[in-house]
Amino acid sequence: MSPRPGFSLEVDRSTPPTLMWHGDGFRLEKLPVGSRVLYPPEPLDPTKDVDGAIEFALTHPVGDSEPLDALLSPDMKLVIAFDDVSLPLPQMKAPDIRQRIIETILEHAASVGVEDVTLIAALALHRRMTETELRHAVGSRVYDSFHPRGRLLQHDAEDEANMVHLGLTEHGEDVELNRHAVEADLLVYVNINLVSMDGGHKSVATGLASYRSIKHHHNVATMVHSRSFMDMHNSELHTSNWRMGRFIKDAGVKIFQIETTLNTNTFPDSFSFLATREWEWTLRERASYLGAKKSLDLAPPWLAREIMHKVRSPYQLTGVHAGEVEEVHKKTLQNVFRQQLVHVEGQSDILTMGLPFIGPYNVNSIMNPILVYCLGLGYLFNMYLKKPLVRQGGVVIMSHPNRPEFDSSFHPSYIDFYDQVLTETTDPRIIESKYEESFARDPWYIHLYRNANAYHGVHPFYMWYWGAHALEHLGGVIIVGGDPGATRRLGFQPASTMTDAIEMATSIVGRDPSLIHLHTPPLLMAEVN
Amino acid sequence: MKALSVERNTRRFAAAKLMSYASTKKAVEYGPLSLVEIDPPRLPTDEWIRLRTRLAGICGSDLASLTLRTSRYFEPITAFPLTPGHEIVAEIERAEGTTRYVIEPALTCVPRGRPLCRFCSDGMSQLCESITEGTIDEGIQLGYCSSTGGGWAQEFVAHSSQLWAVPSALTDEDAVMIEPLACAIHVALQLDLTNAGSVGIIGAGTVGLTTLSVLRQLYPDLTIVIGARHAAQRNAAQRLGASHVVKPEELNRVGRRLSGAMVKGDWQSHGFDVIFDCIASADSLHDALVSVRPRGSIVLAGMPAKTTVDLAPLWHQEIHLLGSYAYGEEELNATQMQRLGVANKRVNDDQVQRVRTFEIALALMSKLHLGWMVTHTYPLDNYLEAIERASAAGRLDALKVAFDLRRSGNERKQ
Repeated sequence: MSPRPGFSLEVDRSTPPTLMWHGDGFRLEKLPVGSRVLYPPEPLDPTKDVDGAIEFALTHPVGDSEPLDALLSPDMKLVIAFDDVSLPLPQMKAPDIRQRIIETILEHAASVGVEDVTLIAALALHRRMTETELRHAVGSRVYDSFHPRGRLLQHDAEDEANMVHLGLTEHGEDVELNRHAVEADLLVYVNINLVSMDGGHKSVATGLASYRSIKHHHNVATMVHSRSFMDMHNSELHTSNWRMGRFIKDAGVKIFQIETTLNTNTFPDSFSFLATREWEWTLRERASYLGAKKSLDLAPPWLAREIMHKVRSPYQLTGVHAGEVEEVHKKTLQNVFRQQLVHVEGQSDILTMGLPFIGPYNVNSIMNPILVYCLGLGYLFNMYLKKPLVRQGGVVIMSHPNRPEFDSSFHPSYIDFYDQVLTETTDPRIIESKYEESFARDPWYIHLYRNANAYHGVHPFYMWYWGAHALEHLGGVIIVGGDPGATRRLGFQPASTMTDAIEMATSIVGRDPSLIHLHTPPLLMAEVN
Repeated sequence: MKALSVERNTRRFAAAKLMSYASTKKAVEYGPLSLVEIDPPRLPTDEWIRLRTRLAGICGSDLASLTLRTSRYFEPITAFPLTPGHEIVAEIERAEGTTRYVIEPALTCVPRGRPLCRFCSDGMSQLCESITEGTIDEGIQLGYCSSTGGGWAQEFVAHSSQLWAVPSALTDEDAVMIEPLACAIHVALQLDLTNAGSVGIIGAGTVGLTTLSVLRQLYPDLTIVIGARHAAQRNAAQRLGASHVVKPEELNRVGRRLSGAMVKGDWQSHGFDVIFDCIASADSLHDALVSVRPRGSIVLAGMPAKTTVDLAPLWHQEIHLLGSYAYGEEELNATQMQRLGVANKRVNDDQVQRVRTFEIALALMSKLHLGWMVTHTYPLDNYLEAIERASAAGRLDALKVAFDLRRSGNERKQ
């Protein structure tokens, strides 16, 4: 039976309560009659022969690219860059798709006699991956072969000696890239595309770039003109990355892009209730829900977090394409939308969403309030084509504990951002002009980014800019069950229950508001007419 | 007359200290302070004058004394029984009318009828060598001397040299803040901060806030970061011009960020140029030592007591630690005079002139009008409530708490 498409359910008296994430736990919420709940399509049927599909992609590239073997030669310098730990979410069951692709590329390289091979995790300004995370991404065989010889690197955007300034785009944007990538005879990029924002020219132009370069598109002006940044044709973020990507190509950097798409088979069987529509829950799924909810509610936050971060996703491959960047990405987007797109008629006054325990920037770590903000107003709010799900001046209601907890190893500059910046203002433009530079150039943050496992000092700013479009668009934001102090610090209102939150929202959007609930997991992308 | 009096009674002091860990109100109730009917102090010489109290502030040092949290260093130079209160605005009734005065409470060579000591003759009367001698008992200030009484009574006596007439433009509340402001002026002038990048203030009680207000006047562009725990303190700090108002535990991280310092444990490669420690506890001193830059300075503005502090950073980073007590005379250049509102002195840009700190405080108060910081006043009869509120001022939305002894009830605010 082919997977059922996504749809919009109108809540009536017989509709069972709707499942929502609430950080490390879940809630069942009875939404008002007439509300619409958006359900994503069921997981697409996976590619049956993954190795065969990879092999096919490498030998049958799209666009004007030659097959991989034709691009390889014994005395060449080959660099393989790959997406970092921020993808996919949660981490997928071993073997990770990156491992399978990298191993195949290496087999091809070995058969041609390529000896000079370097692997680079394309961190951009993200934190360095731990050994465990690297092993998971590339596999232990690759790790043990390359890491001891200094051939498995993590991109260091602050290593000035190993960055090359290629020049300026026609819009005056600095293009500065990792020296290994620039000096390679061939740069192969291995991507995982979980949402439509990922991939394309963004892989190299952002993943292997410096702050000097990234700041040209990771800024408030760009983000408020990206409507949405999940829709590359209406995204200033992508326009800038595409300019840079073409500039990189013209500068002579030869890129062989490999993009993969996954289905939404996000959680293992023990959490199957997360992927099943509530009225179809089996007795076993009801029991699993109750068991999981009770256990997670009773567990202290650190334990609940640890339990959830240990989950490995049974994601399955739905497509792999290789070759010229732009042509590859077109195929990728088709696959992403095939899996995630839901058509929606008309916007609502209120958009509700449950926020999970994980986002791209807190893998194996704490979802701090700035990441809560970014996940809700950055990522989920922007999961649209054409128009936002909520109307101009509408209200977003998010469900999350939003505890003022931080991981001082991974997010040191977030702590200062929360305590020293958000206490003064939440206005993205003021934040950008007054504070960004000092955080970005702070030697301690740079030291921790380069030598420990810290996100770059500027990273919390990008999180804030990610939500800038939503902040401009919305009339209010309410967090259900969130820590009141932390919620107010973000500039939002706290509410104890969903009913209270909806009541509070009526003071902004008026009586009898229309409501859409974005049902996650899994992820969905709304095309709003 | 009615007065709050402190006796030298070991048992009551011990009880107060013990109870202070549980309840300030109980500590005061069972401690050495009591409301009594006593005779007004006699006039030591004909240079002394009897005054009637209008407002008398409750200072942190008063509170510490009542619960024996002060250093025993002060015991031999304090004369019991005493009436506390050294932040005083008082009045003298004469045939031609009533005149209001703010009292400069230091009991130095002049009030004591002594020839000027080495420090008094050099304009540093806060370091006076005569505080145990002369026509009155030992005691560093009014409020710590049995001969003079203090502001927490209907009447007290003061030497004519201690009186500063209050201009009509100043309210009583403004005037009662002049003594704390004078202390803050002395604190702020301890170091030349013209080339400083940033300074931190630990503590947002009266000492911290008044220090902030003076620093802001003296250095309009200086980055001043203050650690303030409570809402009333945070609001006040913003009103007084702090560049950043942060939680006390955040001060260190702000200093690190502003200076772009590296950190490993308590070691920090850089930090604030100067820290004004307006609490002077073990914790605040520790915070100051780990937040100030190498070769930076810590100005101890709060009144310290016996304490245990790890001085390793002080030694390793060659940090300067200096105290700042009370007031005397200050050396001001033309810019400082202009910024502090001392308009009646004329000096050239390259000259300095000595001005009494109290004179500066009077002038500056005419500019700042800090009377709004007097948030709560009480009659003497309600001294337990007054002291309880003053002890937990920040938590209870108070800044300065004072006793109100004015005769007109409608001048009183609660």
